[in-house]
Amino acid sequence: MSDLLNLSLVQARDALATKKISSHELTTAYLAQMESKRALNTYVLETPEIALALAKASDARLQNGTAGLIDGIPLGIKDLFCTKGIRTTACSKILGNFVPTYESTVTQNLWDQGAVCLGKTNMDEFAMGSANLNSCFGPVENPWKRTSDPTAKLVPGGSSGGSAAAVSARMALAATASDTGGSIRQPAAFCGLVGIKPTYGLCSRWGMVAFASSLDQAGPMTRTVADSALMLQVMAGFDEKDATSLNVAIPNYLGNLKTDVKGLKIGVAVEYLDGLSPIMLALLNKGIQWLKDAGAEIREVSLKTTPYALPTYYIIAPAEASANLARFDGVRYGARVEGASLDELYENTRSAGFGAEVKRRIMIGTYVLSSGYYDAYYLRAQKVKRLICDDFARAFEQVDVLLTPTTPGAAFGIDETPTDPVAMYLQDIYTVTANMAGLPGISVPAGLDDDGLPLGLQLLGPALSEQNLFNAASVIEHAAHFPYLKD
Amino acid sequence: MSENNYFATGKTGLWEVVIGLEVHAQITSNAKLFSGASTAFGADPNSHVDYLDAGLPGILPVINAHCVDQAIKTGLGIHGEIQPISVFDRKNYFYADLPLGYQISQFEKPIVLGGYIDINLDDGTPKRINVTRLHMEQDAGKSTHDLHPSHSYIDLNRAGIALMEIVSEPEMRSPHEAMAYVKKLRTIVRYLGTCDGNMEQGSMRVDVNVSLHKPGTPFGTRAEIKNVNSIRFLGQAVEYEIGRQLEILESGGEIVQETRLFDPSKGETRSMRSKEDAHDYRYFPDPDLKPLVLIPERIAAIKAMLPELPDAKKERFMADYSLSAYDADILVAEMETAAYYESVVIESTATDTKQAAKTMANWLIVEVFGAMNRESRALNALPFTPAHLAKLVDLIMDGTISGKIAKDIFAKMWESGKAPDALVDALGLRQISDTSVIEKVVDDVIAANGDKVEAYKSGKVQLFGFFVGSVMKALEGKANPGMVNDYLKKKLG
Repeated sequence: MSDLLNLSLVQARDALATKKISSHELTTAYLAQMESKRALNTYVLETPEIALALAKASDARLQNGTAGLIDGIPLGIKDLFCTKGIRTTACSKILGNFVPTYESTVTQNLWDQGAVCLGKTNMDEFAMGSANLNSCFGPVENPWKRTSDPTAKLVPGGSSGGSAAAVSARMALAATASDTGGSIRQPAAFCGLVGIKPTYGLCSRWGMVAFASSLDQAGPMTRTVADSALMLQVMAGFDEKDATSLNVAIPNYLGNLKTDVKGLKIGVAVEYLDGLSPIMLALLNKGIQWLKDAGAEIREVSLKTTPYALPTYYIIAPAEASANLARFDGVRYGARVEGASLDELYENTRSAGFGAEVKRRIMIGTYVLSSGYYDAYYLRAQKVKRLICDDFARAFEQVDVLLTPTTPGAAFGIDETPTDPVAMYLQDIYTVTANMAGLPGISVPAGLDDDGLPLGLQLLGPALSEQNLFNAASVIEHAAHFPYLKD
Repeated sequence: MSENNYFATGKTGLWEVVIGLEVHAQITSNAKLFSGASTAFGADPNSHVDYLDAGLPGILPVINAHCVDQAIKTGLGIHGEIQPISVFDRKNYFYADLPLGYQISQFEKPIVLGGYIDINLDDGTPKRINVTRLHMEQDAGKSTHDLHPSHSYIDLNRAGIALMEIVSEPEMRSPHEAMAYVKKLRTIVRYLGTCDGNMEQGSMRVDVNVSLHKPGTPFGTRAEIKNVNSIRFLGQAVEYEIGRQLEILESGGEIVQETRLFDPSKGETRSMRSKEDAHDYRYFPDPDLKPLVLIPERIAAIKAMLPELPDAKKERFMADYSLSAYDADILVAEMETAAYYESVVIESTATDTKQAAKTMANWLIVEVFGAMNRESRALNALPFTPAHLAKLVDLIMDGTISGKIAKDIFAKMWESGKAPDALVDALGLRQISDTSVIEKVVDDVIAANGDKVEAYKSGKVQLFGFFVGSVMKALEGKANPGMVNDYLKKKLG
């Protein structure tokens, strides 16, 4: 049993292809693990019947040689992706028991290649949060424990906390996630996983509940770089239903994967070193050394706009969210709280349906778009966004890839959450720039802190440089000998 | 252009009226602006609703290229400048028939800037009304509040249908000008095939801004009347609004900037919401849609396919067919009428083609339209062919029948659908133009009425009609009247 759970996605795929295992065996093992680890609260909906039926169909395809790229692989799906016939809530009370009659493009791409759906994973409500504490289904527990205090429950990061904790705890072989300001990379770092946020437009946003449309990108949560490459290859692709989708051919990331950075120019931005904790600085230096040892050239670069990225993000993202979430009004679907007038129906429904963080961001967003404030906030933020893009463009004239920490530190306790929302927002300080510039970023597990908790390093590249990122991440992965959680 | 001569007259003197219009025209298209749902009118409620139109989570808008082409076409048709880059914005407000909680519209960067529409004033002199802009946006759904005491019914069939909002400069000075502007705009979009102009079904709706001021002083505060859905109502609403504002201003009051509704059953406008309750729409560029970039080739291709527009057609009708401006205006008002007219003209075999075309215009406007009104028939359901009508006029032109007899033949054509020459022969109505026959009868009449000839010669010239009548009577009304006149004059001296 545990042997099955300890296979990586690529290993499991090979074992399925050579008929050493069946999808039914694999899926059954994962379903059992989901049951035994249910206390982590990683899934908000388990779909064992669907999983077994899909596994059976997969096995038939594997038998008759018509299998897809990830046929028979059991996956967790972030509850942000609309799944046909399967309740989708974005972990908000306001969606009630909403069951979509359509399938998101990203999940459809996965099913088309034979993936098996285990269920829907927990997340921060509408992907707003960095600790998975804002879910209407309650917090998710990180399977990793502090060596000094194994009883303390730690957050898995967010917003894709359920996906990260599930993959880390062997409750899914991989999972879908989404990243608007760091929601894939930060939980990946907290749970000792590989998480990539692709170039904006690489994965279709169609059918993914929107948070901030100009920043949202789907991506995979996996245990290894190779798994990440294979998953992204399947998830990505042009979609004419998304006007912001990139019409580019998706390379064979896994086939092209090389643990090789010879001649690659890797930049370290001085601005990212400011205020870095000693442990993160040490980790970054290790990363630099590994890459250097593998033949990369390290250069110092400057990204002067870095300090402005987070405040700018907290104008643009809430502004877009305030409009994106206007459709949740109790009129056509989802939860409704009646009122004596239409305005009262809106007030009652939205007061009861949205959590505190979502309300806060709707208010911020409404404020920054208001007449008289638009120029000072939204318009200026758009200008800063442009400057951030220019900054990156200049940096990538000098280097191929940037190396940064993924987060300021390791996972914190569920009970140690900062009460100041801005302190929580700082979790995204190293990740948010990639969203602002629409660039790809990958977090790869690189080591443990003094208390035995995972830490991640982040690699950023210019648009469509995913292959370079996978290759560089693979070098770090090999050098780091990261002690993955075993079952 | 001409001087304004329309004023509202009050006790304190004359007030000039300032009118600006925002016309919402539904784009003729099978599918909605950002979804694939049908736009057909009159379907069961909520049967033409795509995921996007219902505002379901995760669904994204994709621009309908045909609607863009239609907007470009309209922009060119009103002489506007098509913008190489335009941007879709979200206009945020909550309403039950607005599923997304925002309307996708164009705010800062519309697809068309500038342009104009030429109208005719009461006295026939032309006036140019400038257009500020044309932009694309989604229509909202429809709310019905009177079917249930505490619930509203929402129909989303209309939600997401493409609209063009065409905004005029405040350059109209009378209800007539406002009506003429909308009529002309409707004619243009119908010619272009970009909007059916069907105001009863709501495919064209007008928001009117009206203000009054003393000539030579700055414009007054305006009130906006929303959603006027016929040209007649537009005239009534503006008239009423002028009266209302005049009364307030004359008694020393101030106009409140507000949105009003026109109630056709009462013929009056009433307040809907004041400026204080005005929405803050929080416009910002829709991040789901990239800026709309139009390459010059696309605009040029549409320009090359533009049909002849009413103003150009009118000019051509006046030049080629010697029509008066008045007649030409009537014929070009609807593209179908103009096409029918030309289908008649082309059938003519008359040698004086200009005269024939002019006569045919008269016949169409007076006789055919008259009969159509009486019989409630449409142009495409006439009982005779364009060739028949042309033949009828040709028969007049070549002297085969008189104008008077032509009217009888026309009545028979309407009843039977038979060809006019066949009817003339069957009824023996061919005009007598044989000189010898006419001269013989004239001579006989003169010979038989010697006393009247004396009286005529001594100055009783009104007796001329008696002689004509006698000749016509003898020839059963079929004599060529011109020839009868000429020969009588010659004989009577």
